[in-house]
Amino acid sequence: MVGGVVDVTRTFDKVEQILEKYGHRKEMLIKILLEVQKEYRHIPREVVNYIGVALGIPPAKIYGVATFYAQFSLKPKGEYTILVCDGTACHMEGSMNLIKAIEEEVGIKPGEVTQDLKFSLDKVGCLGACALAPAMVINGEVYGHLNAEKVKEILRNLKERKAE
Amino acid sequence: MAIAVEKRFNSASELLKYIEELKAKREKKLQKPSVYVCVGTGCTASGSRKVYAKFVEVIKARGLDIQIEKIDDDDEPVKRTGCCGLCSLGPLVKIMPSGITYSHVTVNDVEEIVEKTLLKGEAIERLLLTDPISDKKVERLEDATFFKNQTFYIMEAIGTSECESIEDYMARGGYSSLAKALSMDRKEIIEQVKASGLRGRGGGGFPTGLKWEAAYNSKGDIKYVVCNADEGDPGAFMNRTLLERDPHSVLEGMIIAAYAIGAQKGYAYIRAEYPIAVEMFNKAIEDAKEYGLLGENILGTDFSFELYVKEGAGAFVCGEETALLASIEGKRGVPRPRPPFPAQAGLWGKPTLINNVESYANVPKILRDGVENYRKRGVEKSPGTKMFSVTGPLKLTGIIEIQFGTTLRYILDNICGGTSNGQKIKAIQIGGPSGACLPEELFDLPLDYDTLRSVGAMVGSGGIVAITEDRCMVEVARFFLDFTKRESCGKCVPCREGTTQAYNILEKFTQGKATYEDLETLEYVSEIVRTASLCGLGKTAPNPIISTLKYFRQEYIDHIEGKCPSGMCTAFQKYVIIPEKCKSCSLCARSCPNGAISGERGKPYVIDQEKCIKCGLCVTKCKFGAIELVS
Repeated sequence: MVGGVVDVTRTFDKVEQILEKYGHRKEMLIKILLEVQKEYRHIPREVVNYIGVALGIPPAKIYGVATFYAQFSLKPKGEYTILVCDGTACHMEGSMNLIKAIEEEVGIKPGEVTQDLKFSLDKVGCLGACALAPAMVINGEVYGHLNAEKVKEILRNLKERKAE
Repeated sequence: MAIAVEKRFNSASELLKYIEELKAKREKKLQKPSVYVCVGTGCTASGSRKVYAKFVEVIKARGLDIQIEKIDDDDEPVKRTGCCGLCSLGPLVKIMPSGITYSHVTVNDVEEIVEKTLLKGEAIERLLLTDPISDKKVERLEDATFFKNQTFYIMEAIGTSECESIEDYMARGGYSSLAKALSMDRKEIIEQVKASGLRGRGGGGFPTGLKWEAAYNSKGDIKYVVCNADEGDPGAFMNRTLLERDPHSVLEGMIIAAYAIGAQKGYAYIRAEYPIAVEMFNKAIEDAKEYGLLGENILGTDFSFELYVKEGAGAFVCGEETALLASIEGKRGVPRPRPPFPAQAGLWGKPTLINNVESYANVPKILRDGVENYRKRGVEKSPGTKMFSVTGPLKLTGIIEIQFGTTLRYILDNICGGTSNGQKIKAIQIGGPSGACLPEELFDLPLDYDTLRSVGAMVGSGGIVAITEDRCMVEVARFFLDFTKRESCGKCVPCREGTTQAYNILEKFTQGKATYEDLETLEYVSEIVRTASLCGLGKTAPNPIISTLKYFRQEYIDHIEGKCPSGMCTAFQKYVIIPEKCKSCSLCARSCPNGAISGERGKPYVIDQEKCIKCGLCVTKCKFGAIELVS
């Protein structure tokens, strides 16, 4: 997948598997979208229409759900999705400095993704890691007690890892 | 499947007999050399799973010479335990039978711990926790003031609960309340929950028993039980902790509730942001099914109950019960007007009982200890205990459990050991975005539902954030409104537009552009949002503004008058060049992105404050330390 272009045949096979897993049940829509998001790092337009037909839900309703919840994105996310916690504890401990550091290191602001689709950055509500404030999560792994320097180091390491 | 059949209990007496066996076994187990490593989210983030793996590796490699006697085949010397609340000191490791506990353990410490503590029972001084109150090293967690001054009730077996093991939960008497409940009349269970005085731990404090009664009385062929684990409050994580450390206590409470109201199906709605909690609860469900504690014909009775986990997808408003139900149905999580209440018409229009995680965890205790004993903790109108998450610049932070009626000051001084940065605490933010900021003169009020409400605050889900003098209260209010304005679902106008307008005004304050008229408008808007919004989110959204205006009004006035007393709002700060130190090298002027610095040779340079964008680049460029930030 380059630049957000989706291989349609592959997409539908995978989506069909996900739909199958949840028995084509309408009430599982959120879980289905979560899995689609996980697989493609966004919810591709074609997939919305496909799910709509498969479950008998108007695509507009699916867009309604997909745009309502913060976990979903209609634009592709990076290979490394960075979530900086901006809950009360983290905010007070300086989460904005982390966001600034990330911008300096990889050049993206919250809601953006790097051109090579390696990194994306989002500011989120509480991650529940308040005792480790300020904290961030990259692909599910929590990093705590951060400062600008530590953040830059973590990102540098990830950049190297991708070069391997 | 052969195992499943073998494990299944066909009657309550079979279960109770097994519990007694496990109890005896657990006693013996705690006397054997073993290592307990915390695998909660906090410690995991600090690297506890690597420490766990290292312990397994080291002990395996040393093999026989450790001679750790196993009680049975599945008894491993290294165990994964649930969160004990001291997340800021993770990874935490407890060694039995001595009970010696270490903080900030790294992979490099493992060999030494095995050698000295596990084999010889000696403590390693440098890894011990320093009690911030007595300023002494303590060997056992139980001896630290942080733990001694709490009241553990919902949280039990600190440091030795095996969070992923249903057998360990049963060994602590777990599921005996379910056995008891199934022999009771449904009405009688509801009466006991009512008599216990248990109030909703999700924040509202509505009597749980009344909800159960309403759901029981509703007519319907299908009924549902739902657990609200959509803990979205920034600064709160006790629901997550409870699900990670003792998922079965929540599960048992839900099964009892289902039996009492006559439900056949249930959902636990857990935030997708809590992957460990989701995983542990799913495992708990599978394990309970194997023992026949969940599923068809529970404990050989004709009561059947199916339970599923539903993951949230990141919408704060889903913590509101009607929005949560819409989300379970796979729709946008938008609240609807009540009545009808969920107890009458909830999921798919059927009677639905919805309670918080911690409320469910209280139920097995009530049945186990009886109403009278249960009410011994807490105060008359708010019986029992409450878990709080305490964060901020305090010596110790994490999850605590206290009786209702304990004061904030007691928590700050006697449990958390005061501030860590030498600053004075000027305010406590309690209850998240729906809560309030309380000033120091209210720190001696007892914490309970009604007292907090009387001062304009709320228990909320239980987040306590300490705010020191170097933090700005207007910025705190702005921060919360930024959160609620983003999380407002947009259905009703007062909340959608009101929070945005209130936020805009607060932003004017923090940017130094506010007037006295703005102060009046802010109060007016807050009042409208509070009275006219549809659901709890909007009704409580102005609380951070109302409380800071009430208790910290002077700070708002200071902002109008051109200063931020805490120095936190950068708009009030300016960069200046100290003439004596300036060597007129022009480096700053050349690096300024906005051309705000000018000067000529031989004379000190100056910064044009109108042009300055406060990026601070000049400070980093100046080789003589001649530029500083003043407020």
